[in-house]
Amino acid sequence: MKALVHALIACVMVAAPAHAEIDIQQVTTPGGFTAWLVEEPSIPIVALELRFKGGGALDAPGKRGVTNLMVGLLEEGTGEMDARAFARATEDLAASFGYGTYDDTVSVSAKFLTDTTEQAMALLRGVIVEPAFNQVAIDRVKAQVLSGIASDETDPNKIAGRTFDKLAFGDHPYGSSLNGTRESVSALTREDIVAAHGAVFARDRVFISAVGDINAEDLARLLDTLLGDLPATGAPLPGRADFALEGGLTVVPFDTPQSVVLFGHQGLERDDPDFMAAYVLNEIFGGSGLTSRLMQEVREKRGLTYGVYTYLVPKDHAEMIMGSVASAGNRVAETVEVIRAEWAQLAQEGVTAEELAAAKTYLTGAYPLRFDGNGPIANILIGMQMDGLGPEYVVERNALVEALTLDEINRVARAVMRPEDLHFVVVGQPEGLETGATQ
Amino acid sequence: MPGPAFQSVFALLRPAALIAGLLTAGAAGADQAIEDLVTTDRLDNGMEVVIIEDHRAPVVVHMLWYRAGSADERPGVSGVAHFLEHLLFQGTRTMAPGELSRVVAENGGTDNAFTSYDQTAYYQRVAADRLGLMMQMEADRMVNLQLGEEEIRTEREVIIEERNMRTENDPGALMREQARAAQYLNHRYGVPIIGWRHEMVGLDLDAALDYYQTYYAPNNAVLIVAGDVQPDAVLALAREHYGPLPPNPDLKPRMRPQEPPQTAARRMVFEDARVSQPYLTRSYLAPERDPGAQEKAAALVLLAEILGGGQTSVLNEKLQFDQKIAVYAGASYGDTSLDDTTFSLVLVPAEGVSLEVAEDAMDAALAEFMATGVDPAQLARIKRQIEASRIYARDNVERLANRYGRALTSGLTLEDIHAWPGVLAAVTEDDILAVAQEVFDDKASVTSWLIRPQEVTQ
Repeated sequence: MKALVHALIACVMVAAPAHAEIDIQQVTTPGGFTAWLVEEPSIPIVALELRFKGGGALDAPGKRGVTNLMVGLLEEGTGEMDARAFARATEDLAASFGYGTYDDTVSVSAKFLTDTTEQAMALLRGVIVEPAFNQVAIDRVKAQVLSGIASDETDPNKIAGRTFDKLAFGDHPYGSSLNGTRESVSALTREDIVAAHGAVFARDRVFISAVGDINAEDLARLLDTLLGDLPATGAPLPGRADFALEGGLTVVPFDTPQSVVLFGHQGLERDDPDFMAAYVLNEIFGGSGLTSRLMQEVREKRGLTYGVYTYLVPKDHAEMIMGSVASAGNRVAETVEVIRAEWAQLAQEGVTAEELAAAKTYLTGAYPLRFDGNGPIANILIGMQMDGLGPEYVVERNALVEALTLDEINRVARAVMRPEDLHFVVVGQPEGLETGATQ
Repeated sequence: MPGPAFQSVFALLRPAALIAGLLTAGAAGADQAIEDLVTTDRLDNGMEVVIIEDHRAPVVVHMLWYRAGSADERPGVSGVAHFLEHLLFQGTRTMAPGELSRVVAENGGTDNAFTSYDQTAYYQRVAADRLGLMMQMEADRMVNLQLGEEEIRTEREVIIEERNMRTENDPGALMREQARAAQYLNHRYGVPIIGWRHEMVGLDLDAALDYYQTYYAPNNAVLIVAGDVQPDAVLALAREHYGPLPPNPDLKPRMRPQEPPQTAARRMVFEDARVSQPYLTRSYLAPERDPGAQEKAAALVLLAEILGGGQTSVLNEKLQFDQKIAVYAGASYGDTSLDDTTFSLVLVPAEGVSLEVAEDAMDAALAEFMATGVDPAQLARIKRQIEASRIYARDNVERLANRYGRALTSGLTLEDIHAWPGVLAAVTEDDILAVAQEVFDDKASVTSWLIRPQEVTQ
C-alpha cells in the first residue's frame, strides 16, 4: 500500500463551524483507479458511488433499451447465486445496492455497514464483473421492462418527453427513450446483453467516491479487487447529437384533462465559461421554489399551474435549456403565452440587481447545506468529478457565484435565452393551440 | 417538488427489499444512540418540543407539526386542510404574500409544507444560526394569518391544478381514490386529502379560517428541531418565539367517526382509456399503532415485508418467480395512523394473464402462506435489516425528524416511539400468522381492478 498517493485537501466551508469541514482525499490505488474519499467515522456505515461514463446512449443501432435491460439484470444472479440467493445474501448483510441508467451514465450506489465491508464488496464485485445473465432472469426482467414501456405509452409526461426528444434529436440515441420500444426490447438476446455489459463496465470509464467509516488504504485495496478485472476500455462513445428542433409548438392530442407541456431550445455546455452565469440566471427565472419569476407570473399571480420550472440540461453530446409546466386544457394556451412573453422579456431586459443579489444569497447560503449525510456528500463528489472539477471547487464555488456581475448575467441572458427558437410540446386537449411554427 | 405539497399515501411500485423506512428510532436496550440525540420538553402553553442533535453539518431542520389533517375537516369542505396549508404562504398582518418563502431563500434556506390525513406540517431547512428567524415567522403565521380575496381565488386555482396533476391525469390515482372511498364508509380517511373536486371549487376564506381557528394553536402543535443545535439554546428560542402564543382552550379531543364492521366484500372495476398496464389492488382494514399497544401493528409491519418486501418475499417468490403470472407483487401497511389503517396488496399481472387469473393466484398464494407459516430464515433476515436500519437512520436526521413528527401527531407518545424497535424485535412467527388470520377476512376486503374499457369481456 505504499503506492498510495494522498492529496489531502482541507475544505473550510462558508459559514461552517470547524467540525463541519470536509476533507476530500484523492486516493489513487495501486491498480490505477482514482477515488475521492471523505472519512466520516462517527457512524459505522459507508456510502460508495460509482459512475460509468456512457449510459443508454451506448446502445448499439437496433438494440435500443439494451443498456437499461442489462443494468436491470445486474442483481439477477452472479456466479453460483441466482436472483433470489443474491437477494437473500444482500438482506443478510443489511446492505443496499442501487443501479441507474441515464443517457450518459450508468450509476451504481452501495450502502453497507462497516463490519460487513468485505462481504458487501464481494457481492458487488459479482454484480459488476460477473453477472450471470441467465435466460430465466432475462425473460422475467424483460417482462418487467415491457410492462413499464406499456405504462409509459399512455403517460402524458412520458409522451411529452418522447415527443420533444424525437423532434430534437431524431435517430441519435437521445431521440428516443432509453427504455427502448416493445419491438426493440422484445428482440434483445443474451448476446446483446453481454455485449452491452462489456460496453459499459470498463476501467477507463469509472468515477468513484466514498464517504463514511472507511480509510484510504482499505478503500484502495477494495477498489482494486472490485474493479480490477474489468476490461481496460469501454465501447466508443456516440458522436454529437444535432439539435434539429426550431421555434414553434407541437400538440400531441391525448384525452386527459390537464395538458402537460415541455419547452426548450439549445443551451450551453457544462464547461462553457458562461455556465455559472446561466445557472444563476436559470435560478432567477425558473429555479426551485416559489420565488422564481415563472412561479410568480404563472402560479402566484395567475393560478395557472401547480408548478413551473426551467433547468439547464448539459448532456455529454448536446445541451439544452428546458422547462416544464402543466395546466388544464382550457388554460394552457394562456400559460404558454405567459412563458413565451417572460422568455422574451428576460432575453431583452435581463434581470435586476435585486434579483441577482437575492439569487446569490440563496445559492451561496444553500450550498453548504447540501453536505448533510454520507450519501449526499458521495453524490456531490462524484458529480464534481464527472463535471471535470477539482476538489477545491467545494471551497471556490461560492466565490464564483459572488463574482458574477449584473452586466455579465444580462449579457448571458441575451445570448442564452432565444425566444424565437423556443419550442413547446403540449400533450393533452389544449384549447386554442395548434401545431405550428413560432407565431 | 418544491412549493406546498401534499403527501401521497400509496405508492404502487415501491422499491424492493428496503426496510429502512420502517423504523422510528433507537430501541431501549441494545442501541441507545438515537435516543441519546433526542431532547424533549413542553412549553407552558402546551406546545411539545422535540430536539434531535446531529452536529456533522451546520444545518438545521425546523418543523412545525399540527395535530390536524384532512380527516379533521368538517363534512362538505374536503380539501380545506390542504388549501389552508397553501394559504399559510400568502401573508400575515406583517408579512406580504410569498414573503416568508422569500426570506427563507434569502437566507440560503428552502421551505415547504405538506398535509396528510392526520397532520399538517411546515418546515424549513436552513443554516443553523438562522433558527430564530424561522421560529419568528412560523409563530407569526400560526396566529396572524391575513388573506385577501385575490389570494384566495388564485390559490384555489392552484390547488385545482394540483389535483389535475396528481389525480385527474392519472387513472391509477383515480382508482385508488375510489378504492379508499369504498374502504372507509364512515371515517374521513375515505375522503381524499386534496379534496373532492366539486367541494374544492367552493372552498372560501370562511372555510379556511374556520379550520385555522379550530386547529392552529400551540397546544395542538409539535415543534421538531433537528440538526446542528444545542437543546438549551433551542428551548430558549422556542420560549421566546412560541412561548407568548395563547393556547386554544376550546381544543377538543380528536374523536372522528369510526368505521362500522365490514360484513361484505367490496369490489370495483375502474375503467379508463388511458390505462395500458392493468393491475389490481386489495386492501383490508387493519389496526394501527396505538399508544402502549403496538404489538399487532409490529406484526403487520413484518407481515407486509414477508409477503411483499422485495425479491425474496412470499408473493414475489410464488407469483413472479415460480408461477410467472406477475411482473410485480407488493404489500404495504401504514402503521402510523390515528385511526384504523389499511393493509394493502398490489399485483401487476404478466402479459396475457387476466386479472381474474392473477387474483385467484394471489388468493391461493395467501392461503398457502397461511397453511405453511412463516419461514424462520426470512424472518431472521428481516429482523437483521431492522436492526441495521437503526444505524442507517442516524445518517439522515431530516427523515428521523419526520418520523418523530408523524408519530407524535398520530396519537403516539415518545415512549411509544422509543419502544417500537423493541416491539418489532419481539414479534414471533405465531404473532404474524395470528394477525394475518385476523386481517385477511374476505368479507372485510376491497378489491379493485384497473383496466382499459375494451378489456372488459363476458
